[in-house]
Amino acid sequence: MTNHWIDIGNSDCILIMGSNAAENHPISFKYVTQAQMKGAKLINVDPRFTRTSSKADIFARLRGGTDIPFLGGMIKYILDNKLYNYEYVRHYTNACFIVGKEFSFKNGVFSGYDPKNRKYDKKAWAFEMDAKGVPKMDRTLKDSRCVFQLLKKHYSRYNTKLVSQITGTPEADLLKVYKEYAATGATGKAGTIMYAMGWTQHTVGTQNIRTMAIIQLLLGNIGVAGGGVNALRGESNVQGSTDHCLLWHIWPGYLKSARASNVSLAAYMKKWTPKSNDPLSANWWQNYPKYTVSLLKSFFGEKATKENDFGYDWLPRVDDGKTYSFLDMFDDMYRGKTKGMFCWGMNLCASLAHGNKNRQAMGKLDWLVNVNIFDSESASFWRGPGMNPSTIKTEVFSLPCCVSVEKEGSITNSGRWMQWRYQGPKPLGNSKSDGDIIMELGFKLKELYEKEGGPLPEPILNLKWDYMTNGMYDPHKVAKEINGYFLKDCTVKGKLCKKGTLVPSFAWLQADGSTSSANWLYCNSYTEKGNMSARRGQEDAVNKIGLYPEFAWCWPVNRRIIYNRASVDLKGQPFDKKDWVVKFVGDVKAGKYVSNKWIGDVPDGGWYPLQNPDGTAREDAKYSYIMRKHGHAQIFGPGLADGPFPEHYEPVESPLTKNPMRNNDQMLNPAVSIFTSDMDVYASASAKYPIVCSTYRVSEHWQTGLMTRPQPWLLELEPQVFVEMSEELAKEKGIKNGERVMVDSARGSLACTAIVTKRFEPFKIMGKTVHQVGVPWCFGWRWPESGTEDSANLLTPSIGDPNTKIPETKTFMVNVRKK
Amino acid sequence: MGGKSFFIDTSICTACRGCQVACKQWHDLPAEKTINRGTHENPADLSFDTYRLVRFREVVVGGKLQWLFFPEQCRHCIEAPCLETAGDPGAIYRDDKTGAIIFTANTKRLNADEIIEACPYNIPRKAPDGTLAKCDMCIDRVENGLLPACVQTCPTGAMNFGDRNEMLALARQRLAIVKKKHPKARLLDPDDVRVICLVTEDPKLYHEFAVASSLAFDISRVVALKRLIRPLTNLAARL
Repeated sequence: MTNHWIDIGNSDCILIMGSNAAENHPISFKYVTQAQMKGAKLINVDPRFTRTSSKADIFARLRGGTDIPFLGGMIKYILDNKLYNYEYVRHYTNACFIVGKEFSFKNGVFSGYDPKNRKYDKKAWAFEMDAKGVPKMDRTLKDSRCVFQLLKKHYSRYNTKLVSQITGTPEADLLKVYKEYAATGATGKAGTIMYAMGWTQHTVGTQNIRTMAIIQLLLGNIGVAGGGVNALRGESNVQGSTDHCLLWHIWPGYLKSARASNVSLAAYMKKWTPKSNDPLSANWWQNYPKYTVSLLKSFFGEKATKENDFGYDWLPRVDDGKTYSFLDMFDDMYRGKTKGMFCWGMNLCASLAHGNKNRQAMGKLDWLVNVNIFDSESASFWRGPGMNPSTIKTEVFSLPCCVSVEKEGSITNSGRWMQWRYQGPKPLGNSKSDGDIIMELGFKLKELYEKEGGPLPEPILNLKWDYMTNGMYDPHKVAKEINGYFLKDCTVKGKLCKKGTLVPSFAWLQADGSTSSANWLYCNSYTEKGNMSARRGQEDAVNKIGLYPEFAWCWPVNRRIIYNRASVDLKGQPFDKKDWVVKFVGDVKAGKYVSNKWIGDVPDGGWYPLQNPDGTAREDAKYSYIMRKHGHAQIFGPGLADGPFPEHYEPVESPLTKNPMRNNDQMLNPAVSIFTSDMDVYASASAKYPIVCSTYRVSEHWQTGLMTRPQPWLLELEPQVFVEMSEELAKEKGIKNGERVMVDSARGSLACTAIVTKRFEPFKIMGKTVHQVGVPWCFGWRWPESGTEDSANLLTPSIGDPNTKIPETKTFMVNVRKK
Repeated sequence: MGGKSFFIDTSICTACRGCQVACKQWHDLPAEKTINRGTHENPADLSFDTYRLVRFREVVVGGKLQWLFFPEQCRHCIEAPCLETAGDPGAIYRDDKTGAIIFTANTKRLNADEIIEACPYNIPRKAPDGTLAKCDMCIDRVENGLLPACVQTCPTGAMNFGDRNEMLALARQRLAIVKKKHPKARLLDPDDVRVICLVTEDPKLYHEFAVASSLAFDISRVVALKRLIRPLTNLAARL
């Protein structure tokens, strides 16, 4: 989230699209309801009428996988009717940048495409630079090759008539949504988006979110209270685990994983440290070397020296151009390339797309270590439906871990709030905290490498591993390590910093090995003043918009709304006079600011505003989007794998035979890579699988249901896997409400109970009737004990977004038949 | 009139059913063996082990699809027909402080079917041995200064509990606001019960027993009638 949960209550218009907040984030509705009570409008866009829709002022349905046409139509509507926030767009976004002549878009493909490798050369999308190496700009937005004009041209094809034919949304409903949401472009109004896996789990997942980000920038909705782009995380600590590098492509704090071609620390720094020649661009990532070296010092302690590149060579590097996502891991495993796996706090046999492939793949492992609070479909994969235990060689070890309330530590919520939790009851039986299990594992590995040696022993032997107190894992030691220490007496910012003290914030980190920090973004969370995340102050900030700055702590540096300097005009005065976020209150003399003071939230860099009260420009100012190389938010995004503007492509499995978007011959996103094992099969425009299907969750079960299906009260509410379908489809198939039916895809079959409902309706797509159904993925054969229920992921395809490799489980094709 | 009351604003209920689970948890009630019956509503009905049940109804009103949610529970009537019918304070009594209508284990000695029939909201349910059960307003929590479990867990503010005057004031205040968006909004039997529900559509669309089912006569008349014939029935029982 750019903003945070409480802030949703400040919104004037809430769009819930790509999520089902009332059901899957029920507490969020506290704040949605607060906003509605103050007069905010709630818009919900979904293929299915949900519990969220039941509370919406406007509900519009769309065919799964057509969010880009829906939102692209909104971009065109905003531009055609000049509803954008002109001052915001021309000053704070790259709408004014001039794009190089090489850029083009023809027949569904951007320039620079290599069809053989399904990859783009992004150099073809570069900006034009002036003699100093600063992007050329036209702040009037009139240049025919400026981003604003290219945006207009790109979305000129997304007229409501065509959008309606693609999405199946009636034109009148499209216009209702566009009109209501675009009204938040007015100065002082804020619109927010609440999205989740309904947007990400597509082969165009990243671009779905990009499309909305463009809308938010056009309307001036980023950085303001009640605005932002807000990802609702699916689990209480997904934000925290991502920040600390759960994913393969990053190190903690979103530093890049080293590539094979980054042959030395210097080469790594050169590759990933952005350079800007614009004195007005803060280009915050120029601090990359400080964060990297502090991370390496945290990993390897005194063993990391300037002479050995601070141990850079001891960290694994990923091959250039190769990806290592869950889909890749299981493809390798299926091909027999993987020996063993730790499956830790996950239930991949139920949660990951193409369950049948994953269950087969695990049978090819020599060993599997499963760490969880219960037995699961994954730990017991070898005795699941269709498996023959006598032919499976995998040795399975199950380690019981304790549950969240039995241990101390922090979680980071969707709003980036790091919140400390104390320990309730002690761990049950011989279960242990994850921290204790990891620590012991580390000690054992060190012992074995010391005793027996082995290839590449340095990363393990040199690893600093001192997070125990009295023989137990100490979460405070880890939290302090994450924050970071001064490793020697040194003078920073003219102040003497004593060796062994905690670093006050990331602005103090150094690239010379004198500081450590296991995650620069969290530097400031545990300082000499104490554990900031354990604070429980109840006082709001001066602007009274629900920031509560002394309750817990949030990254970065306790800034509750990021990009907040875009919420003020060039003179530092808020666009929204009532719900303002930050405000410049420095002294003025003769029309000039003479002292520097911001109030409200922690400002995104505390420089002077770009202009003095008399309208003269200041040279000591910085642009508001400090994390972007050129200081401007990106309407044109030249960094993504699949194009600088979002474009509509059909899902890998579609009911259509050709892309219905004009000037687009590409069915599938051209940058998507396709797995080729014998189990990776797809059925697009197939008479055998004519129905669009989506997976989702329910309020009553948590993720795969592993923690809730063994709970009788919750199982009582949602006892069985179901397929929801329209009355029209049920009639066509002769299916009665409540009867057991089969749902088939090209990859698997699932027995479900039919829920025949008015909440699904057939779509009219390009003149044809298209049905959509939905199946939840929160079931598995292990619980309930009947063994008759299983996961919707037996049906889903193993294909992913080209940027993230998140699987496309929100749109694929199935058939439904009587059992 | 003093005592306590609930105010249930169904216009902001999202049917997350936290209340339904919290009720089972606080009262330590066993889960029922259920199946999916082609609806998300479960279990199928209130029972001796289920005091609270969120009803789900899909209706089309004026061409617009609506999904209506209604948490069913004892209304703790001001003049409670169950209590009057029983005429046995050891089995069914009114708590003086809160006004809660409480069923005890002694309900076993009552004519269960007669009590169930007397309820205009079809709430009490019997165990195989004839003992009756229903919502007890979490009287043990309330006496100790806590909110009822269902209210405590509600994320949106649909469930409210407090002094009756405050709840009535809140209900009327909310009604005035909700009416602007939903002209058919109304409070259900606010003068007769301690569980005041705000609905936005015809109450019959939510559930058969959303409003008192007293067909030809209202609650107080049923009660008056019961009072009239009680000496006779008691006499008959003794014969």
